[in-house]
Amino acid sequence: MSTTSPTTHEPGHRGTPPLVSSRSPVPEITAKVLLGFCAAVSLITTVGIVIVLFEEAITLFAIPGVSVVEFFTDTAWRPFTGPESEQFRLGVLPLLNSTLLITAIALLVAIPLGLASAIYLSEYARPGVRRTVKPILELLAGMPTIVLGYFALTLVTPVLRDLFGPERVPIFNAFSAGVVVGVLLVPTIASISEDAMSAVPRDLRNGGYGLGASKRHVALRIVFPAALSGIVSACLLAFGQAVGETMIVSVAAGNLPPADIPTANPFQQVQTMTAYIVQAIGGEAPRGSVVYQSLFAVGALLFVLTFTVNYIAMRLARRFREAY
Amino acid sequence: MAVLSSPLSTVRARNLQGSAGRTAAERAVQAVLLAAIVLTIGVLVVLVLDFSIDGIPGLSWEFLTSYPSRFAESTGVRNGITGSISLMLLTALFTFPIGVGAAIYLQEFASKNRFNQILEANITNLASVPSVIYGLLGLSLFVNFLGFGRSLIAGALTLTLLVLPVVIVAAREALRSVPQEIRAGSLALGATPVQTALRQTFPAALPGTLTGTILALSQAIGETAPILVVGAVLTRRDDTLPWNWFESFSALPVQIFDFVKRPQQEFQVEVASAAIVVLMALLLLMNAVAIVIRYRYARKL
Repeated sequence: MSTTSPTTHEPGHRGTPPLVSSRSPVPEITAKVLLGFCAAVSLITTVGIVIVLFEEAITLFAIPGVSVVEFFTDTAWRPFTGPESEQFRLGVLPLLNSTLLITAIALLVAIPLGLASAIYLSEYARPGVRRTVKPILELLAGMPTIVLGYFALTLVTPVLRDLFGPERVPIFNAFSAGVVVGVLLVPTIASISEDAMSAVPRDLRNGGYGLGASKRHVALRIVFPAALSGIVSACLLAFGQAVGETMIVSVAAGNLPPADIPTANPFQQVQTMTAYIVQAIGGEAPRGSVVYQSLFAVGALLFVLTFTVNYIAMRLARRFREAY
Repeated sequence: MAVLSSPLSTVRARNLQGSAGRTAAERAVQAVLLAAIVLTIGVLVVLVLDFSIDGIPGLSWEFLTSYPSRFAESTGVRNGITGSISLMLLTALFTFPIGVGAAIYLQEFASKNRFNQILEANITNLASVPSVIYGLLGLSLFVNFLGFGRSLIAGALTLTLLVLPVVIVAAREALRSVPQEIRAGSLALGATPVQTALRQTFPAALPGTLTGTILALSQAIGETAPILVVGAVLTRRDDTLPWNWFESFSALPVQIFDFVKRPQQEFQVEVASAAIVVLMALLLLMNAVAIVIRYRYARKL
């Protein structure tokens, strides 16, 4: 602390506005407005995202040969040929299918691992273990996703190809990317669920023990159900994170929208919504073209999806905080 | 108690089966739970070993100081390093004042009205918007609408919006932990609320704020998707300098993406993993600085 409170009292100024005000370059109200503006930047960002995504998406549907109905119902995604071509199809369902496939695989990995970790950390681990494990999980959460993409492509995929045979598992596949996205989600689920379980009052546990329940019954049948809204909230946040995950899927899952949908085959090349955005941006499509505008239509869908899920998660989280 | 008695009576009945079986089941559950943590940490260890073993042999002074090349032996990450450092400095320049200002407003001045509640909920929600969406915002707003082009400044401003929620949350946390006595003392001596916030409360919260900002910046320079969308170039044979706001730029994660996407094995594995080691070293350095700041100032206060 370099500055200390103004201590030099000039006599004769008693009752007047504070002494230091003469040294203050900005009036009180201006300063508050400036600070308030800084806080408003975040609100402007949200409004900006909504305006940009929807305005540019609407521009897409104004292009001749592009229709909103087809965008949501057509089962093929071939935007690069241009609307004049016979080949041109602009249905987002294959991208959505790919995204949901990757998300499902990721959650199948992340929910068991994350919840088991959370229960162990909250109910079993000694404080020392908890203090060591939590930062390590944070380290995983803070890993740049491009590094995880490298890991998926150069280590997980070759292992999968050895296990299941290279004729079954293509180099780019949904399984490898999904598993690694799942690993990335473990810290999200573990940390939020652990917070929810730690917030369950001691009395509930003691009540269980008093009635003769064993430790595992207290953990699994008393603490876990009591923390359920927080746990569901954690899983929803993980779902949103998986849907928005970009680099792992861009590197490891490929860039080919599945031809036959709906599909749940994990051993095929797919293209998620986020991967399409990365692929299409590489071509430096000019403003006003179908490809450029379609980035924002896909982005808008992605935003609506993650925003809805996160909103529900936030409401649930608030409820579990109010419960005790 | 009446609520609890019904599920627990069944629990109890099951538990009468004898203590040997009970201990075994107890151990089994504990082992399964522990295995989940061990497995997760194991994956992290394998991941770090994987890129370290592949990447460290490829590190050399030439690799760090060369521009990209078509040949794996002579390629380097010089423009990635200069680009990432420039992005980080500019992002810090924009994020720190805005983030601190927002935190001071929300923590010290905001009353509990509807508007401020919306502001707070909005910050939580922004933190979970996918980063690629920020890229689209930057592309439309900074690159095209404001006419900055695919430039360094467009990239830095996009990253600023991306990490702003993280900085605001960290700065608020730091302000919240400043003892109320400091504010009371300052106000009692006649300082105005704004003077108290800026000259007493904020300096006391500075270490925590700095730590949070550095961690947010390390998240920013690890990001690939948003700056890729804003238009970072893959191969640039020139240094990116922090004051060349309107020039094109590259960054380490974008270079790694480029390397990984190439078909040749030398690029995909050896060069990419060497670049990953450089990126991780940079992140480690920033985290170390954050820890040092936290530790040094924690003792002083």
